[in-house]
Amino acid sequence: MALDQSFVGRTYPPTEPYEVGREKIREFAEAVGDANPAYTDVEAAKALGHPDVIAPPTFVFAITFKAAGQVVADPRLGLDYSRVVHGDQRFAYVRPVRAGDRLTVTSTIETVKSMAGNDILDIRGEVHDQDGEHVVTAWTKLVARAAEEA
Amino acid sequence: MTAKIPYADVEVGTELPAQTFPVTRATLVQYAGASGDFNPIHWNERFAREVGLPDVIAHGMFTMAEAIRVVTDWVGDPGAVVEYGVRFTRPVVVPDDGQGAVIEVSGKVAAKLDDHTVRVDLTATSAGQKVLGMSRAVVRLG
Repeated sequence: MALDQSFVGRTYPPTEPYEVGREKIREFAEAVGDANPAYTDVEAAKALGHPDVIAPPTFVFAITFKAAGQVVADPRLGLDYSRVVHGDQRFAYVRPVRAGDRLTVTSTIETVKSMAGNDILDIRGEVHDQDGEHVVTAWTKLVARAAEEA
Repeated sequence: MTAKIPYADVEVGTELPAQTFPVTRATLVQYAGASGDFNPIHWNERFAREVGLPDVIAHGMFTMAEAIRVVTDWVGDPGAVVEYGVRFTRPVVVPDDGQGAVIEVSGKVAAKLDDHTVRVDLTATSAGQKVLGMSRAVVRLG
């Protein structure tokens, strides 16, 4: 079923704040095997000019993708999530995410289209900190593969 | 912010040190926990095959996290990354054979941009096949 084109440009309400913790950053850095001290050592992060440990560049995806969930699960949009694959991912950073940030995400549907039976959805997530400052924008392309003929 | 690579020392075509990243089922379980992505295609072989995959596959975001390490290890400060994007073109298949898979990543400076930034184009392969497309990062140098 083709998705409803009228959803293009729709913006969802900002999420409740996600508080970025030092130990969560450490857990993520260890999971990707990245020993960069800027992720785990406050003094090393400060030596690079950061006020606290920073998160690896893709860390924020866990937050923006959860926020995109309200778009994906919107029954009025009609996306078949069981057929969804992650097509593209892009980030533009104003500054790195860091421990102590309280981040909110505002998700907007940028594109809705159907190609060869596949439904394609581009979602932009604008991430702001507790002071309302813009931290990063994440663009996620989701592709719902065409249902097989019964 | 300090970056250990001076902008003036970099030319279009400068190659970044390539790296290889091993991936096992244990890696994927650990990444699932850290990232909150518990999709069973990343740890349950039976489920993966049921949905038409050859075997368990790595999280695309895991591969994306590994690929940028070629850039962040090169510049030193991960906060120097200004933009980063990839296309997930092919899955990294991770068999339960005691070895798993290997992701090989190389990078090259593709353009010198304004404000001491450069664009790095990354190539990521596993089992000889490209797993990321349009994999590009913009990074600020010293």
